[in-house]
Amino acid sequence: MSFLAPTGNINLATDDRVAETPWYVSILRRPELGALLGAVVIFIVFTAADTTGQFATLSGAAGWTDFAAPVGIVAVFVALLMISGEFDLSAGVMVGTSGLFAGLLISELGWGVWPTILATLAMAAVVGFVNGLLVVRTALPSFIVTLGTFFVLKGANLAITKGLTGTVRVSGVDQADGFDSARVLFAAEVPIAGANFQITIVWWIALTALATILLTRTVFGNWIFASGGDANAARNAGVPVNRTKVILFVLTSMSAALVGVMFLLRLRGMQAGQGVGQEFYYIIAAAVGGCLLTGGAGSAIGASIGALIMGFAAVGIPYALWDQDWVSTFLGVILFSAVLINITISRRAQGGRKK
Amino acid sequence: MSKKDVTPLVEAAAGNEPAPARAAVPALELADVGKTFGSVIALRDVNLSVDPGTVTCVLGDNGAGKSTLIKILSGVHKPSTGVFSVDGKPVDFSSPRDALSRGIATVFQDLATVPLMSIWRNFFLGNEPVIGPTAFGFMATKSAQKITKAALLEMGIDLRDTNQPIGTLSGGERQAVAIARAVHFGAKVLILDEPTSALGVRQSGIVLKYVLAARERGVAVVFITHNPHHAIMVGDRFYLLNRGRMIAEFVRGKVQLEDLIQAMAGGAELESLAHEIQSIRK
Repeated sequence: MSFLAPTGNINLATDDRVAETPWYVSILRRPELGALLGAVVIFIVFTAADTTGQFATLSGAAGWTDFAAPVGIVAVFVALLMISGEFDLSAGVMVGTSGLFAGLLISELGWGVWPTILATLAMAAVVGFVNGLLVVRTALPSFIVTLGTFFVLKGANLAITKGLTGTVRVSGVDQADGFDSARVLFAAEVPIAGANFQITIVWWIALTALATILLTRTVFGNWIFASGGDANAARNAGVPVNRTKVILFVLTSMSAALVGVMFLLRLRGMQAGQGVGQEFYYIIAAAVGGCLLTGGAGSAIGASIGALIMGFAAVGIPYALWDQDWVSTFLGVILFSAVLINITISRRAQGGRKK
Repeated sequence: MSKKDVTPLVEAAAGNEPAPARAAVPALELADVGKTFGSVIALRDVNLSVDPGTVTCVLGDNGAGKSTLIKILSGVHKPSTGVFSVDGKPVDFSSPRDALSRGIATVFQDLATVPLMSIWRNFFLGNEPVIGPTAFGFMATKSAQKITKAALLEMGIDLRDTNQPIGTLSGGERQAVAIARAVHFGAKVLILDEPTSALGVRQSGIVLKYVLAARERGVAVVFITHNPHHAIMVGDRFYLLNRGRMIAEFVRGKVQLEDLIQAMAGGAELESLAHEIQSIRK
């Protein structure tokens, strides 16, 4: 075979038009870059606009991380789910459902706090499993399936809470066995140099690290990217796409349950409407953090940075004495600009490829 | 007509070396295989045998039954009639995984790789190397990157950065990576579904080169195409599929490009079509 040239001699694939990858391109390829730059800019803006002198201090940090942690814990797993190509709109209401479920187990059935937490996580796992199974079995868009779950749970939260307690609030959990020990783990305040940091921040950071390792360093992470990037190609290569997605629905639901338990212990009770609307915060955080809405790309750290930006806004806007009512508008603008920046950067890094 | 007829060149590239003698045991064999979908007969009485270390081309126009044939070979469909044997033993695949476990790898035209994932992640997709306790499932990322680079080099593909998304490669390079991947993971039979149909001339050349590289390594390659020019340059054996039947079989050295084109277009059919068009013009 004369035209089968030995390697390195006449090699069609060695294209001299392909330059060596410069170091900055590998940085530009990082999906969380846009979010990180955004976070820095927003931090500077709020520090400059701050009227209290507190924003850029430890106590300011305690404030914005307090807002960001519960959003970030769920957003990280919503991000993994989005990378696998699916949405979970029921993640917000699951925070309420699990808080109420746990609260009712304690107040109505007299359960101890620790067994209640285990039962709540198990309940959330079942809800996530059902979500996932419905999505992979019916092949309906997860947007529709989880929108259904969202409304089913929203109604059930209200109806069951009212039916059992006669009010729209579950309370009286602070008398239960193990309340104090559980609070140490899930709802403690840790004073650092005079500022009170929430223990939830530790969970947030730990889960972000865990999700990042899962996504970038494990076989399962490879499957997450492949399932969202091209489910058919992934199946052809032998990736269990359906199992991957179902597991991610379970993890997302359980992360919401964890936050539900945290709120229940911290507030010593739970409103029936808790968590509703939060699902959009998670999706915004994930999208700001570089997750593609079509799946296949994104990062867990990015979603956490997205949550942090929300914390900046939630604390920075009142500190700047701006009208608090504009917080949502601000987040909308952030979402729009961050996604635009992310897409522009990734197009550049991929060498002008469309999409 | 074109100024320069490339037929002699294409034929020269194909060479006159006769095809290797029939192996004692073919890697793949179909005996009188048929496939029906309800009342539609997609394939009937198809006989095909593929030897290790050869390139077997299956040529056919649209609707000839190429896709059905691929799906039978790759384990997606079961034949309705006839016998499908691998290494001389009849098999009954119920999924592509079964076929894969017997060393039959299929590279589908557009569904071979995940564009947004890096080259090395694509290379190991479904065969991820694990480091440490299996339960944790940690991927050996560093060695995976090294192995990818080495395995691609071995097939003659020199890519500087296996970390770039595979979508940044050209179509031909992507097919080449998919072929290298199948070869690296020990495919004994490599089924290529129209690997050059969406590609330009230069890109097709890249793919054809790797088809031969796979052949040199003793892989039985099934090259499915509707391009007789590409087929004749790499093929050892040629099967022509038309309306669900194998209508002709050729062996390298005894076939001219003209024969293939003629046979593919259905000879007589093309002639009557030409007459028909002519009469319309008048």
